[in-house]
Amino acid sequence: MSTAPPSSPAGVLTQQDIDREIAAARKAYQAEGVPRQHPARDYPPYRSSTLRHPTRALVSLRDPEAAELRGPVFGATDVTDLDADLTRQHHGEPLGERITVTGRVLDRAGRPVAGQLLEIWQANASGRYAHQRDQHRAPLDPNFTGSGRCLTAADGSYSFTTIKPGPYPWRNHDNAWRPAHIHFSLFGTAFTQRLVTQMYFPGDPLFRYDPILQSVTDSAARERLVAAYEHDLSRSEWSLGYRWDIVLDGPAATLTEEEH
Amino acid sequence: MAQQLPTPEHPLTPAQTIGPFFGYALPHPAGGDIAPVGHPDAVTVHGTVLDGAGQPVPDAVVETWQAAPDGSLDGAPGSLPRNGVDGGPRPRNGVDFTGFGRACTDAAGHWSVRTLPPPADRPYLAVCVFARGLTHHLFTRAYLTDPGPGDLLLDDLDAARRDTLIARRQPDGTHRFDIRLQGEKETVFLDFPEQ
Ligand SMILES: [Fe+3]
Repeated sequence: MSTAPPSSPAGVLTQQDIDREIAAARKAYQAEGVPRQHPARDYPPYRSSTLRHPTRALVSLRDPEAAELRGPVFGATDVTDLDADLTRQHHGEPLGERITVTGRVLDRAGRPVAGQLLEIWQANASGRYAHQRDQHRAPLDPNFTGSGRCLTAADGSYSFTTIKPGPYPWRNHDNAWRPAHIHFSLFGTAFTQRLVTQMYFPGDPLFRYDPILQSVTDSAARERLVAAYEHDLSRSEWSLGYRWDIVLDGPAATLTEEEH
Repeated sequence: MAQQLPTPEHPLTPAQTIGPFFGYALPHPAGGDIAPVGHPDAVTVHGTVLDGAGQPVPDAVVETWQAAPDGSLDGAPGSLPRNGVDGGPRPRNGVDFTGFGRACTDAAGHWSVRTLPPPADRPYLAVCVFARGLTHHLFTRAYLTDPGPGDLLLDDLDAARRDTLIARRQPDGTHRFDIRLQGEKETVFLDFPEQ
């Protein structure tokens, strides 16, 4: 005899409630008619945003001397050779589906963002983070931590070898599940180009239910968070290949006379 | 001569929240030690990140970037150094001023960096805030000294709003800069349009 899953007590926020809010936010965005690529910081279906977004408009600063138009630089000491291969950070092989994620980091004009730090972190194949606060009852993998970094190459390219993360539950509402994703942190040539985002895997059935992905209300922009499976990037009897290019926003550093 | 900006043709990649589980990937024990070891001019800048109910935000990341005391914005590598043995963090080299710091808030929502004072013509730390619940990071500035009239940003703000960007000098000599994500004394957050 199987045990029935726990039923949600009255008054608990259901997926249907969240679905309605996601639909309402998308409708409001379309009615507004003003293109917005980034998520709104006030996005009610993602409950944690409620008390953590400013209510005043951002102050637009046009200052050609602003320190923010330059940014930190990183180098050989900020990464090690093993950082880009998350499957080789322990004695044994991690469990799961070995993948490579490859792409280029560009600015809005299509110029490569070279020599900049890219950091990633993710859950293991079972959907569990190596983090004390993740109490999802899925196994930790002693051979997988799920954190990596690299510097982008001269053409802006990067490549990670890792395992495909699993989806995981969270407590935004009853029966809330995050689609599989890898967290990305990127630096550009200016502090204004800083980006933290998440990469998703094509065809995940959880997309429509997830208020974090859906916080990007523009459907074309949302699709840009989904990597492409690319068979030519797969390696025979070894790994599956995904491509994900990243375009940084924000004013880029002004070109100096020496640069062309 | 004004530089002709290239036409943006590549649509940007949207931001997503940093989430709750960055804690084993992004923090670096020396992330906030921006000042070279033992430097006599080192200052401590610190504060609490607060939400709209005045509650501390224990899962935020505060990053700072600034000009060196001599005005340079070149920075230097080595803000988040790694060792070549197991890939774990290693201390900064103790010598170079990189201009960049990363501080994660503790259980009480508190963060701190130890740095060198920025120059008089850019007397601020550029600050970028990430947090669980924040779908897209926020920029602000922590002015360590009040530059007085003539500052492009501060001149446009009323007194109360302006006040949120000036770090408070504490009796112990540290500079306190609280970040209020929402509410009555909400911090001024910035947007940098293409110029
Ligand atoms: Fe996650």
